[in-house]
Amino acid sequence: MAGAASRTTNPVLLLLAGGVVAFVVAARRTDAPWSRSLVVFLRLGLVVIVLRVALVVVFGNRLPGHVLVTLPHVPLPSWARGVSIGGPVTLEAVLEALVQGLRLAVVLLCFGAANSLASPYRLLRCLPAVLYEAGVAITVALAFAPELVGSIGAVRDARRLRGRPVRGVAGLRGMAVPVLESAFDRSLQLAASMDARGYGRRVPVSRGARRWASGGTAVGLLLVTGGVYGVLVAGSLPGGGIPFVAVGAVLLGAGLAAGGRRTDRTRYRPEPWGLPEWFVAGSGAVVVGCMVAAAVLGVAGLQFSVYPLHLPTLPLLAAAGILVGLVPAWAAPIERPITPAPRGREPRDPIGPGRGRPTAASDVPPAQLPGGPPAALPATTPAVLPAAPASADVPVGRGQDRVP
Amino acid sequence: MIRFEQVSFTYDGSDHPTLDGVDLAVGEGELCVVVGPTGSGKTTLLRAVNGLVPHFTGGRLSGEVTVDGRSTRDHPPRDLADVVGMVGQNPAASFVTDSVEDELAYTMENLGLDPAVMRRRVEDALDLLGLHELRDRPLGTLSGGQQQRVAIGAVLTASPRVLVLDEPTSALDPAAAEEVLAALARLVHDLGLTVLLAEHRLERVLPFADTMVLVQGRGSPLVVGTAAEVMTRSPVAPPLVELGRLAGWDPLPMTVRDARRRAGDLRARLDGVRPASPERSTGAELASLAAVSVRYGGVSALDAVGLSFGAGEIVAVMGRNGSGKSTLLGQLAGVRPPTSGKVRVDGVDPVGLSPRDLVARVGLVPQDAGVLLYGESVGDECASADHDTGLAPGTTAAMLDRVLPGIDHRRHPRDLSEGQRLALALAIVLSPAPPLLLLDEPTRGLDYTGKARLVVLLAELAVAGHGVVMATHDVELVAQVATRAVVLADGELVADGPARDVVCHSPVFAPQVAKVLAPDPWLTVDEVRTALRGEPVRG
Repeated sequence: MAGAASRTTNPVLLLLAGGVVAFVVAARRTDAPWSRSLVVFLRLGLVVIVLRVALVVVFGNRLPGHVLVTLPHVPLPSWARGVSIGGPVTLEAVLEALVQGLRLAVVLLCFGAANSLASPYRLLRCLPAVLYEAGVAITVALAFAPELVGSIGAVRDARRLRGRPVRGVAGLRGMAVPVLESAFDRSLQLAASMDARGYGRRVPVSRGARRWASGGTAVGLLLVTGGVYGVLVAGSLPGGGIPFVAVGAVLLGAGLAAGGRRTDRTRYRPEPWGLPEWFVAGSGAVVVGCMVAAAVLGVAGLQFSVYPLHLPTLPLLAAAGILVGLVPAWAAPIERPITPAPRGREPRDPIGPGRGRPTAASDVPPAQLPGGPPAALPATTPAVLPAAPASADVPVGRGQDRVP
Repeated sequence: MIRFEQVSFTYDGSDHPTLDGVDLAVGEGELCVVVGPTGSGKTTLLRAVNGLVPHFTGGRLSGEVTVDGRSTRDHPPRDLADVVGMVGQNPAASFVTDSVEDELAYTMENLGLDPAVMRRRVEDALDLLGLHELRDRPLGTLSGGQQQRVAIGAVLTASPRVLVLDEPTSALDPAAAEEVLAALARLVHDLGLTVLLAEHRLERVLPFADTMVLVQGRGSPLVVGTAAEVMTRSPVAPPLVELGRLAGWDPLPMTVRDARRRAGDLRARLDGVRPASPERSTGAELASLAAVSVRYGGVSALDAVGLSFGAGEIVAVMGRNGSGKSTLLGQLAGVRPPTSGKVRVDGVDPVGLSPRDLVARVGLVPQDAGVLLYGESVGDECASADHDTGLAPGTTAAMLDRVLPGIDHRRHPRDLSEGQRLALALAIVLSPAPPLLLLDEPTRGLDYTGKARLVVLLAELAVAGHGVVMATHDVELVAQVATRAVVLADGELVADGPARDVVCHSPVFAPQVAKVLAPDPWLTVDEVRTALRGEPVRG
């Protein structure tokens, strides 16, 4: 869906895409802590639109056309000649900024949707063997953000209790060291725990095989990344980047399979891949497919232009494609229900212990505390996310001793 | 099962060994309790079992530790994960995943077990530890006792032969502690697991212990033996054992039931004598809460609580984990405004006070006293505390010498023992002489000596007219010092009255002496001792 959105500037199509995403999320979201991230991303999107328009109004992009207001022009020194502040603001410039802002906002919304539908930990579980350790590092880093917020709160409270300033530069300086110290402490504890629980056990494999595995994976990953860029940014690579993705995927697969042999890690409850998953992934593909097809066929209305000013038209093929994105609202596999937390849990101490997940945060709503924070995860379309390859015993590669 | 042979260990940068020539053998199916003063090396001893010491901590280890025939010399912790299950002091900090079921499976995934086996073992663990209803819950939403059980379950699924636990009940309320210990006892009985656990609250673990190891620290040899044997020689003992010593029972009672069956004569001797309650008049009101409610997100932490605290009172706030005790203290310290209701400390709203005005009125020592300490050395902490609160230089240092003399002022706060850290935090909080002192879980991680010192200090403060409010799970502490007890449940006030009445009438909060001598309201061994001394000598 993000791929589709980034290929059009037609506001009607963009709004349609946003609506579809929101509907799917509303239909399928759970009570899990991460499912709040859509709202966060929605806000972020609105900020992007406002910012974009504000920038155009103030700094310019002086498109000719209907003048709405004329701001006082601020003369700048000669070294900043390229930038202009103030001057006439045209309807066209504002509209264009609005549409571009909307496009970015919809892409963000798609990422938000992906985030709110899939747990970062489940994503981690879908990662293939070789990447497992990098994945763990990412998850730990993601869990770090709410942790940090919590420990900042605790340190603030503690400073107040000692009669120290909590505001201003002095307050800030005094807080940095203890916050970092507690974060460091916590990572050490986590590392000790993971080590004690068998993280990084490995079976011996020959050196050559190891090199092949890492090399294949690295090159494959590069190709896939480049290819995805090609898909998102139309016209930057021959063939829309699809051949790159294909070759990269094959290399990546081979590399991962070879690397996966180095460990005997297994998966508890592997993510299933059945008919519903195919539907979900397929619908995502259809959306992008329709958009690409529309572009290739030269369907009018895909790109919205402000010259001349007109109401946007609705390209049927593209619109139909986007509507396919609704499929996951019904087809997506049903999540295991998450029992809501009953009351009576330790309600954040006035001074949390400073480390330890549950009690530390003071200003964050409870549901956001535990698992992963609502942060952007690498994902292409929301539709592809909830499902994953059903590999029963793939997993871990290089056994590194400690995590952070 | 676990064998230490001439094990010595020195941390990097330390000039004396933490463990010195330790010889120890723990047999299969034993529940062995490690006791000793804080800083004596209990945690080091436990962590040496699965090789975290020295593989993870660094330092020099000589001698050999073998577990189930595997030496920690050749096996790093991850290669012992299938033999030793290790549960640390703070279970929440050891969670790697986000939900109960995934956490239970994590170790097995690392061991590369078959998914079918994993499913079966997860189910077994859920049943064994009574976690069945929590299986899909995010870990962050669990209570302390539940987290502790999940942490145990998470290492148990790898079906280790040895379980090592570091202070598994110190953060738990009495009921949750029972729950965890009962689960452990079950594992020892049903699965023949070998359990090695360290604990300060002897009164809780003593009934379950087969053998006991007394670590005295500073190179003194270990004392190993059955629980009763070690108890006769131990300088620290739970009230039950002290009562036994006082009454001259031999062998010493290890459970309340033992003691109760033999207490007939003691009860008869005490017949007609009432414990002398030291009458302390309550002075002027220091602080009050009027219909205070606090909500976090959708969770209600305090619900229309109305209380008033006077000078010279020592009020114990009790209740299970998550009942709102810490929130109550936070309200009195003005950490954040209440959702509704009114908080008054010294007649003003503590939230609006500047930090300096606040510390002159109310001092809070949080659960982890370490969060108050950021200085480079003890002397540095004292000096900056004087500076922050505008006191004459040297005030805090003098206070520290009163609270706990003999701390080297050049040491880093992080290197202090739990008791020393608490003393330092107390000194910092007490030096501006706040009329109201708040303590959150002050005896967590404190040994009996540290606790005894705290009891004396609190009594002195109360006599000097300070008001003390402490949130605690430690019923023995409440029995010794509290004049009034307040019980919270799910944020609501359930009981408020003289400490003796409140604790004696609750099966959960009753101290051991009260359980043995019920229905007479005796709380501490000292009371019994005084009463016996005062009685006319018979025959």
